[in-house]
Amino acid sequence: MTRQECSEIFAMLSEYLDREIPPDLCDEIERHIEDCPPCVAFVESLRKSIALCKALKGEAPLPPLPEAVRTQLLDAWRKSTTGAQ
Amino acid sequence: MDLARRLMAGDVSAFDSFVDVFRARVAHYTYLMCGQREDAEEVAQETLLKVFQSFDQLRDPANVRAWVFRIAKNICHMRRRRSVFAPERELSLDELRPSWSQDGDSRKLDIADWSELPDRAAISSEWSRMLHSAIRELPDAYRSVVLLRDIEEMSTRETAEVLELSEDVVKTRLHRARLAIRQILDRHLQAGAKRATEGVV
Repeated sequence: MTRQECSEIFAMLSEYLDREIPPDLCDEIERHIEDCPPCVAFVESLRKSIALCKALKGEAPLPPLPEAVRTQLLDAWRKSTTGAQ
Repeated sequence: MDLARRLMAGDVSAFDSFVDVFRARVAHYTYLMCGQREDAEEVAQETLLKVFQSFDQLRDPANVRAWVFRIAKNICHMRRRRSVFAPERELSLDELRPSWSQDGDSRKLDIADWSELPDRAAISSEWSRMLHSAIRELPDAYRSVVLLRDIEEMSTRETAEVLELSEDVVKTRLHRARLAIRQILDRHLQAGAKRATEGVV
């Protein structure tokens, strides 16, 4: 393996992890990674970093919506869907 | 989305669920884009008001999430206090690439040992703070992409639609944003490992 190959793969890793590249290219990357411990470690660090970001979803709960705001939103929806002025 | 379909049909029982879901999602996105909790709540309310005022213009309920976030993005953009976070700049692949070093006869990348890091189900408050901080360090153009793709878990197509970018640009920015976050977390891990080693010595 050459550093050049590692470097080319480095530029495509997100698309590889997201499965957004053609299958033959995906196979090529996997063949390289299987034989390249530094790339295995790097891909694992990137994969974990992405997983941690995804775990942020749903954090930071909000206080309850004030009733006056809810009423304003409900009125806006009703006007829009019924065509009322 | 089912809630949007029900609202389009005039089903009032879907209203509160729709508000709960999108208020929380938009507020989280706005908080990480603008940096102020108060702004985030206000933007979420303003977004929902615009959404409901123009609900009759929603043609495809399957497209509701992209539609809502596009409205939120525009409101957020108008309000954003520039320079709250990192100044706008391009991230290059070269600055995000780890360096190589020689380890005996073999070569290795200078990266931390990530094997001990908790999985997503066990994220600690320390890591949550670290991640929020890493995301905030990203230039706006990259932060908005990673928020929509990895936190909101939108598709590339949806993200491109919200941000009015091509899918190729979304992919490029996403990769660089992820690499930048990885790099910041890696430095944190390496610093922790160094402190642990010094503590033992």
